[in-house]
Amino acid sequence: MIRFERVSKRYAGGHDALADVSFEIRHGELLVLAGHSGAGKSTLIKLIAGLEKPTAGKVWVSGQDVGTLRPNQLPYLRRSLGLVMQEHRLLNDRSVFDNVMLPLLVTGYPPRDAAKRVRVALEKVGMGEFEKSMPLTLSGGEQHRVAIARAIVNRPSVLIADEPTAHLDPAYAREIAALFRSFHAAGVTILLATHDETLFSPYGARRIELAKGRLQA
Amino acid sequence: MSLSLLPHGMALRQARLRLTAKPLNTLLSALVVAIALTLPALGYVLIDNLASLANGMSGKPEISVFLKKEVAAEQIQVIENRLRADKRITAIRFIGRDAALKQLAARGGFADVTGALSDNPLPDAFILEPGGEDPKVFEAIRAGLLAMPEVLHVQLDSAWVERLHAAVELGRWVALLLAGLLGAALMIVTFNTIRLQILTQRHEITVSLLLGATRSFVRRPFLYFGFLQGLLGGVLAWGMVQGLVWLIAPRVQALAQAYSIVVDLRGPGVGQILALLAFASVLGWLGAGLSVHRHLHDGAVD
Repeated sequence: MIRFERVSKRYAGGHDALADVSFEIRHGELLVLAGHSGAGKSTLIKLIAGLEKPTAGKVWVSGQDVGTLRPNQLPYLRRSLGLVMQEHRLLNDRSVFDNVMLPLLVTGYPPRDAAKRVRVALEKVGMGEFEKSMPLTLSGGEQHRVAIARAIVNRPSVLIADEPTAHLDPAYAREIAALFRSFHAAGVTILLATHDETLFSPYGARRIELAKGRLQA
Repeated sequence: MSLSLLPHGMALRQARLRLTAKPLNTLLSALVVAIALTLPALGYVLIDNLASLANGMSGKPEISVFLKKEVAAEQIQVIENRLRADKRITAIRFIGRDAALKQLAARGGFADVTGALSDNPLPDAFILEPGGEDPKVFEAIRAGLLAMPEVLHVQLDSAWVERLHAAVELGRWVALLLAGLLGAALMIVTFNTIRLQILTQRHEITVSLLLGATRSFVRRPFLYFGFLQGLLGGVLAWGMVQGLVWLIAPRVQALAQAYSIVVDLRGPGVGQILALLAFASVLGWLGAGLSVHRHLHDGAVD
C-alpha cells in the first residue's frame, strides 16, 4: 500500500529530517510510527502526501512514485488519503458541517449525497449533534474529532494521522485511540504517528520507531 | 445543473458571496474600474456623435469659381457652356453678383453692412459639383479652372469636411489608446484585489489543497470574482457615460444652435454597451488570472 525505499530528506538548511528509511505498510494494517517530536514523523507523513519531495529514495503510494508525480496529479493522490494533520486545521469561519463537507466539495461530489455522507462521518466520531457549531466553540478533543470526520468523509483506503492525541487529556486520548481502532476493524489501512504509543499497544499494532530521522531496529 | 458544470456554479456562487460579503470594498473597487472605463468610453461616444455629424455633411466637395469683375455677361455664357460640356462636372449653379448680395443681406446681421456699401464688392460665381470622389480629379478640375483668364479664384469646399473626418479618426484613435492604458489600470486594480484575497484566504487555500483540491478548483472562484468585479465596473461605467451624455447634451445643443447645426447627442449604442461590458469583464478575468498565477505559486501548501 505504502512503501518507503531508502528514503532521505534533507531540508534546505542542511538539516537531515529522514535518513535511509525503508518500510512498508500493507493493506489493512494498523502501523504505529513512534518517536519523539523532531524525530522526523511529520516529514515522513508530508512525503506520503506529496507535500515534500524526498532528496533520495522512493516513496510509493498505491503503486505510484510520489516523488515523480506532476503537480496536477497530486490532488488525486491526496484524495485517496485521509489526512489528520497535527494542527487539525479546521476553518474557523465555517460550521462543523461545512468543514467536514470540504473534501467532498473539493472533489465535486453530488451535493445531496454529500450531506448524507457528512452526517454519517460526524456520527462515526460521535459529533452528530454539533454539526451547526463553529469550531472555536468546541473543546480540543472535539475539534480533533471533527478533523478526523473530515479525513474519513471521503472513505479513503488509507488514514494517516499525525499526533491525533496530542494536547488531549488521557480520557479524550483513549477515546480517539478507540476511534482509530474501530476504523481499522472496518478494514481501513492506518498509519498513526504518535509519541504516545502506549495508547495503541492494547490493539496489537505493529510499531516502527524513528530517532533522529533513522528507523530503529 | 449537470455534474461537470457543478464546480463552475459553485465557484460563481463563492465569488458572489465574496463580493457581497464586503459591499463597501466591492463598490469602491468597482468604482475605480468604472472611472477608469468612463473616460475612454465617453470619449468614444462623443467622437462617434461627431463622426455621424461629419457623415451627415456631404463629403462631396463643391467647387466655387469666382470670376473677375470685368468679365461680361456673354463671356459668362461661354464659360457656362464650356463647363456644361465637361463630363467630370455633374451639376452647375450660377450665382450672379446681385443675387449673392441679396443672399448676404437676407442673412441676419449683414443687412446694415450691405446697406452701407455703395458698390457691390461681390464677384459672379459658379458653384460646381464634380462627380466621383477622387480628390485628384477635383484637383485637376481646380487647376483647369485657374488656368482660365476670366477666373479670379477657385475654392474647393470639401477641404474642411476632410479635415473633420481626419480629426474624428484621430479622436477615435486617441480614445482607443486611452482605453488601452486605462484597461491596464483596471487589470492592476483587479490584480491587487485578488492578491489581498489570496492573502486573507491562505489558510483555506492550504487546507483545500491538502484535501485534494486541484489548482483550477482553487483558482476558479478568484477568476469569477475578477470577472464579476469587471462586469460591475462596466455596468457602473455605462451608467456614468449615460449620465454624462445627459448632462452634456443641452450644452452641446446650445453650442450647436449658435452654428445653426442640429445636434442630437446620442448615448452609447447597444453594440458599444456590449463591447464595454465585455472589455471590462474580460480584463477583470485576466487581471485575476495573472494575480492567481503570480501568488498561488508562492507555496500556498507548506
